[in-house]
Amino acid sequence: MADLAGAPRPSSSVKLVLLGEAAVGKSSLVLRFVNNDFQENKEPTIGAAFLTQKCNLPTRTIKFEIWDTAGQERFASLAPMYYRNAQAALVVYDLTKPTSLVKAKHWVAELQRQASPGIVIALVGNKLDLTNDSGDGEGTDANDSGDARKVSTEEAKTYAEEESLLFFETSAKTGYNVTEVFTAIANAIPETSLKTARGAGASAAAASRAEEQRVNLNGPRDPNAKEGCAC
Amino acid sequence: MDEIAPEYDVIVLGTGLTECILSGVLSVKGKKVLHIDRNDHYGADAASVNLEVLFKKYGNYAKGTEPWKQYGRLNDWNIDLVPKFLMSSGELTNILVSTDVTRYLEFKQVAGSYVQQGSGPRATVAKVPSDAGEALRSPLMGIFEKRRMKGFIEWVGSFNVKDTATHKGLDINTCTMKEVYDKFGLETTTKDFIGHAMALYPNDAYIDLKGGAVEAIDRIRLYGNSVARYGKSPYIYPLYGLGELPQGFARLSAIYGGTYMLNTTVDELVYEDGKAVGIKATMTGVDPEMTFETKAKMILGDPSYFPGKVRVVGHVLRAICVLKHPLASTNDADSCQLIIPQSQVGRKNDIYIACVSSAHNVCPKGYWIAIVSTIAETAANHHLELAPGLERLGRIEEQFMGSPIPLYEPLEDGTRDKIFISKSYDASSHFESTTDDVRDIYRRLAGEELVVEGLREGIQVADE
Repeated sequence: MADLAGAPRPSSSVKLVLLGEAAVGKSSLVLRFVNNDFQENKEPTIGAAFLTQKCNLPTRTIKFEIWDTAGQERFASLAPMYYRNAQAALVVYDLTKPTSLVKAKHWVAELQRQASPGIVIALVGNKLDLTNDSGDGEGTDANDSGDARKVSTEEAKTYAEEESLLFFETSAKTGYNVTEVFTAIANAIPETSLKTARGAGASAAAASRAEEQRVNLNGPRDPNAKEGCAC
Repeated sequence: MDEIAPEYDVIVLGTGLTECILSGVLSVKGKKVLHIDRNDHYGADAASVNLEVLFKKYGNYAKGTEPWKQYGRLNDWNIDLVPKFLMSSGELTNILVSTDVTRYLEFKQVAGSYVQQGSGPRATVAKVPSDAGEALRSPLMGIFEKRRMKGFIEWVGSFNVKDTATHKGLDINTCTMKEVYDKFGLETTTKDFIGHAMALYPNDAYIDLKGGAVEAIDRIRLYGNSVARYGKSPYIYPLYGLGELPQGFARLSAIYGGTYMLNTTVDELVYEDGKAVGIKATMTGVDPEMTFETKAKMILGDPSYFPGKVRVVGHVLRAICVLKHPLASTNDADSCQLIIPQSQVGRKNDIYIACVSSAHNVCPKGYWIAIVSTIAETAANHHLELAPGLERLGRIEEQFMGSPIPLYEPLEDGTRDKIFISKSYDASSHFESTTDDVRDIYRRLAGEELVVEGLREGIQVADE
């Protein structure tokens, strides 16, 4: 929360939430971004509160706090806390599965309804490695015709433009375009919303006054507090 | 739509705070949890809601009108249905820190803790003194009484139950709090604010309880330690309202594999040989509705899911009020607790006022939310019981007060039928009784004490 005075580049935390149908590769994209790693047939996510990764821009450093839905979206039971103060969202679909784009559009609408007004949303079509234009020229490991694409770039892109979303097609498997997504998000986050960091929406003056009363529960306890009364 | 598993270790009904803490703990311990709520939101009775939901819940508006529209953006309102604060050195804080749920939430201090002396227009409202220095400056006591109070507070600080040298010659295991007060020669009005605004007893039953002194001293120390932790008051409060707490623990459960279903009604509890073994339920709000049946080794939940298995132990009166100003005599506090001890206004139970504002992101700027509550003592005229509290509020923009709210308790401990039921959220001003209930339920269902310290250590966490 405190500014890193004297640091070469100002650094700010940005809460980024992940949304999308099950098995479209949300966690794989993040894993590629954070660890530059990919796991085939990864199990559904368990146990990760959120992952963090820095993104260095020429003038500043953005530290992403990446929140996974933890499966709470499965039965439409995502808590409002999940969207709370999110400054960025990654809405992922599988470009070999048209229904996942329908679901992605549902999440975009949900974000526009529930999230902070200034949220930066990126629409990402994942699994480009299963299509003919996999970006790295390697083609595909899908069988027969070789192209499993079912959602055209044009269709998704048109939709993204209508809704003012960032748009990318990626492959978490090959890593194609993954870093680019996060860099584009980092660049798109307005400088003003970084100033007030987590208290987005509050005026700067109110935020600084409010800051005095904010408490860090994980901070060291007064060593005497537990035993003797501090009275 | 995904599959519901044929069997779970535990099915949890209702997403109140008690249930969500237990879900979170059980999931971290590797239990397979299915957590259901009939509502479309988290929190059950402990939810925070917006003004539209509140107006509709209480029905106090003319049909065809939309009075909530004059109060700014609906999303800016998070009004607690149950008014409570966290003691900053209390057990809920300990659980939040131990489970790392603090990573999802932000807390702020409550700006002040106040107590009323006297009644009506001549009443004094003053800060509750929490250390010797404050005692000497307090307008609540005369000059000689201040010295006695200073002596008492210092003694409480040095008291050690195991060291008889600190017991002032009292037989601490059998003596009453009255004997302790008398030892220091404290006046009745001082006892009143110590017992009610520091030890936070809701009535005077504690004074003559044999052997009750140790607990009372512990409670006063909890108050003192909590104030000492952050300075302004013993209380902290989560940004966006108390409804964030159950959501935080639900997320903890979910990241350890817990399955969450809102909008789901329980059609039937399934029994075998007198033991609960599963549920039949329907999830609505999806097309088509999804009816399912699943098994579990045990079921736990809030009283509303188990009519016939709970009894009423009392009623709480509660008025939720929207104000455009802070409470009088609180130094324009953005948040505070004001306790009106029962004896000051001729009652048996204290009146509590919990006040929060935009500083905690629970309403737009320029508004305050004050909730006045007490335990019902009469069968009618409930608004008169709350009147001494409502009088403190000044002009009220909107007031929401329904019938007395019943407090439920389970009839059985659950070991016989494998149904473990929580208690309703009581009238107390903090969460200590809620965490007592969490520990009690855990002991009943697991056969061991709940230890939250180090709960998440040594557990293999994917992706971290």
